[in-house]
Amino acid sequence: MNGLERIAEAFSAGGKRAALMPYLMGGYPDLAGSLAIGNAYVDGGADLIELGVPFSDPLADGPVIQGAGSAALAAGATLKGVLGVAGELAARVPVVVMCYSNVILARGIDAFVDDLDSACVSGLIVPDLPIEEAPATLAACEARGVALVSLAAPTSTDERLAEIGKLTRGFLYTVAVAGTTGERGDESGYAAVIERVRSHTAVPVALGFGISTPEQASAAADAGADGVIVGSRLVREAIEHDEPAEACRVLVERFAEALR
Amino acid sequence: MTTTGLQHRFGQYGGQYVPETLMPALAELEAAWISARNDELFQAELGRLLRDYAGRPTPLYHAERLSAVAGRKIYLKREDLVHTGAHKINNALGQALLAVRMGKRRIIAETGAGQHGVASATACALLDLECVVYMGAEDIRRQKPNVQRMELLGATVVPVEAGAKTLKEAVSEAIRDWVTNVEDSHYIIGSAVGPAPYPVIVRDLQRCIGDEARAQILEREGRLPERVIACVGGGSNAIGAFTAFVGDEGVQLVGVEAAGEGIDSGRHGAPLAAGGRPGVLHGSLSALLQTDEGQIAEAHSVSAGLDYPGSGPEHAFLRDSGRATYVAVTDGDALAAFARTAELEGIIPALEPAHAIHYVLNEPSDSQLDLICLSGRGDKDLAEVLSLLGRS
Ligand SMILES: Cc1ncc(COP(=O)(O)O)c(C=O)c1O
Repeated sequence: MNGLERIAEAFSAGGKRAALMPYLMGGYPDLAGSLAIGNAYVDGGADLIELGVPFSDPLADGPVIQGAGSAALAAGATLKGVLGVAGELAARVPVVVMCYSNVILARGIDAFVDDLDSACVSGLIVPDLPIEEAPATLAACEARGVALVSLAAPTSTDERLAEIGKLTRGFLYTVAVAGTTGERGDESGYAAVIERVRSHTAVPVALGFGISTPEQASAAADAGADGVIVGSRLVREAIEHDEPAEACRVLVERFAEALR
Repeated sequence: MTTTGLQHRFGQYGGQYVPETLMPALAELEAAWISARNDELFQAELGRLLRDYAGRPTPLYHAERLSAVAGRKIYLKREDLVHTGAHKINNALGQALLAVRMGKRRIIAETGAGQHGVASATACALLDLECVVYMGAEDIRRQKPNVQRMELLGATVVPVEAGAKTLKEAVSEAIRDWVTNVEDSHYIIGSAVGPAPYPVIVRDLQRCIGDEARAQILEREGRLPERVIACVGGGSNAIGAFTAFVGDEGVQLVGVEAAGEGIDSGRHGAPLAAGGRPGVLHGSLSALLQTDEGQIAEAHSVSAGLDYPGSGPEHAFLRDSGRATYVAVTDGDALAAFARTAELEGIIPALEPAHAIHYVLNEPSDSQLDLICLSGRGDKDLAEVLSLLGRS
């Protein structure tokens, strides 16, 4: 099975109303610690894992994920180390790597996607690579069966959504609110956001940015999301607990429960 | 909207590496600039403000005592004499007018030395716009007078505590604010960096420096300068000074970056001169200080305005094409030129252009006629420089 097929299966399986995709900061608090948290995500009921590669200047991230990324880099996280974590987790659930453009360019696009492929990574999300800049990365991913997942924003015009919906692979990462990653209280806009993108794409729609309680995850599923991405809330759980893996397992279980 | 858009790439450099949320705003900005650029009323309004409010054209001054030291004729383009004391006002006024035209009443800006923050706060006071300025906590410390000016002008100055607490982090925070408030806010980027169309807009608004200087030197000397020299942080005063001369083959263009504690020390702000590999920072591909893994390195410079690990994409292109040359001057040398210029000419330059002055005074050259962009005045730097020189 290649990456696209694994992702498709993860979205249909599991008996939940929507697939649960928690975000993991690779290398936080250190490589072994992040692997333990990732395994705890799977134990708690994650269907896929979004694995972040730490970057010094993450423009799309709010303070929590920024902080975890800086701490991971300070603890010596490297691309190779994070992809090692990816390889281990990919034996259990599909892994989608989230990585900023410069880390990919520094490695070289083809070498980078080769690395993903060797680590059995199923998909790639690049938060600072809009469709206009994506052709080379998309070609490299297509050649290796890795899904290059595009993002749709509330500000995207219908024209752009049509193009994004066509180009995205695996699923469509739908940004719930204009802004950076971070916990937010308001779920009232979910249905409208999902309805807007739905008609533009044939792949599953996953909602992310701001989802921070099991109730909000449930609201996202009610609003029609095929997948729910939980980031800052879980990273904060890891930051605030001395035994982050266990704390995260319990919290992921609650999110999974809300989606049944 | 015109069908031909603005330039997004300079050779391989430039582009739009930003979150999808911003892409529609960049398209709106591009369309707005194309229409404003061609609108006589807009140009007349901007021209009036630049003349009556900001004090353009600025003089071109024959610095006789600096010339005597260098052994060749040196002219200074006096951007230090413009309102608020640096070239940054040229860009801030233009972009603030553009924001009004787009119906955006909240302005976001970042600042390093504080000059762009002051210029933005000034334009916002004038046009009755809300202004939020992101500034690294370290820069707030070393450029205190400018923080006080911004606050007096009614702007909110937000300290940025991440990383080295300097310009790079301030730009990142400004972009994050823009991603969050893009519907009602315009981001006035302060240099010729960022995603397209910013490098072109900033160049268009700063090219008055070189346009004026070219006409002035032709009138005075009856010929073009042999070299045009400007300091380079992100590269806005330099691209502003260079643009009019790019087509003049005989005119050498020299960009002077910050060598900080020395290029070999690794603690500097000279991605162009040090041969930084291409990389993506703040939305565009350009020469960059970075690790092998693609993590952005921290820059180091005594001057907050040059303390930046990136560079404008057009400069990276001018370097690769050989049209412009990029060199670097250390902290110590810039401090010496700061004091020297004050003693010889009665002009206290900002620390940023002091780098360019040092280069011209001390590096041998066959040139007989140099034009330096004196991008700003040094009042903001006084306390910091006097303490570094052990005179306070
Ligand atoms: C006086 C002065 N010159 C130069 C610079 C560097 O910026 P740029 O390279 O965009 O001209 C600054 C930036 O703050 C400045 O204040």
